[in-house]
Amino acid sequence: MSDLSELNYNSKVEGNIVLTTLEASINWMRKNSLWPMPMGLACCAIELMAAASSRFDISRFGAEVMRFSPRQSDLLIVAGTVTYKMALATKRIYDQMPDPKWVIAMGACASTGGMYRSYAVLQGIDNLIPVDVYISGCPPRPEALLEGLMQLQKKIATEKSLSTLKQEEAA
Amino acid sequence: MADLTSINNSFQARFSGKVKVQPLFREETTWLVEGSELLPVLTALKEEGFDLLIDLSTVDNFGDEPRFEIVYELYSTALNQNLRVKAVISEDVNSVPTVSSLWRTANWHEREAYDMMGIRFEGHPDLRRILMWEGYPYHPLKKDFPLEGKVTDMPDIAFSKPAPLEGGPFVTAPADRSGDREPKARPSAAV
Repeated sequence: MSDLSELNYNSKVEGNIVLTTLEASINWMRKNSLWPMPMGLACCAIELMAAASSRFDISRFGAEVMRFSPRQSDLLIVAGTVTYKMALATKRIYDQMPDPKWVIAMGACASTGGMYRSYAVLQGIDNLIPVDVYISGCPPRPEALLEGLMQLQKKIATEKSLSTLKQEEAA
Repeated sequence: MADLTSINNSFQARFSGKVKVQPLFREETTWLVEGSELLPVLTALKEEGFDLLIDLSTVDNFGDEPRFEIVYELYSTALNQNLRVKAVISEDVNSVPTVSSLWRTANWHEREAYDMMGIRFEGHPDLRRILMWEGYPYHPLKKDFPLEGKVTDMPDIAFSKPAPLEGGPFVTAPADRSGDREPKARPSAAV
């Protein structure tokens, strides 16, 4: 008779084990440790800085590790007016970020061009790169950025992270 | 120490007829100088004590001939005097001598004027675009350039597309209606 004692009820570990799916746990880890790439292009960047500082404290949501290298980030926060001169630089930074990656278009300018209906301004960063969350405001207050971050966390929590992985392996 | 009136008189005599003093407007003196005498006049003004070039700007009088106007805002710290020097540039000539050797600040001002208006500055040490990217084919502050822009494409450098202007122009209401002063598209009757 083989030894099945490891599979039996063990009062020492009862209550210390959480059962979940692998996908849910991967998503949980991803959404609570987003490393933002702060793409500060205009006044929205000031609000982004405020969101990172003590009063609003973006680290409550695990997103305080602002990396100034795209290779270490998984969240691009496009904060400000994207001029055509800056547009391809922004795309290049996005391209350098490793998967999985997400994008927040912070403020009216990054979302739609905002009040700049002009020859010099890209009419929304979603013309170049896919955007997950749009935040309204000109500029949005730090609370709005945090709300956008929470919306993104909700979105990440429902992603099919594992099945995507399998598809990529098969391909 | 020379005051502005005596400088006026001495320059009138020196550049006979080439320097015209415009009517005084709000205590501000403006000279209209002929293009050929622009560099000698500005050099002499620098020697006279106008050591600060506050601003250099250009005006596009689209439809008029000569089309462009260049404006130098000078200030003398010794005399505490402002002086505005203007010259007209026809579209065919489209160039003026650089003053970046007199006032170093003119270097970037002239680059901006070149970038936005297309006016060339002869003898400029580094006449590149300063705001738009190198290779952009237009000069967007000209009056015949549309606000929404034009299509351009330089692979891997930059591109541009016309901005949507439906319902425009985007205007601001007068100050007495401060409740809705945000620039936005309004029906022309309501403006």
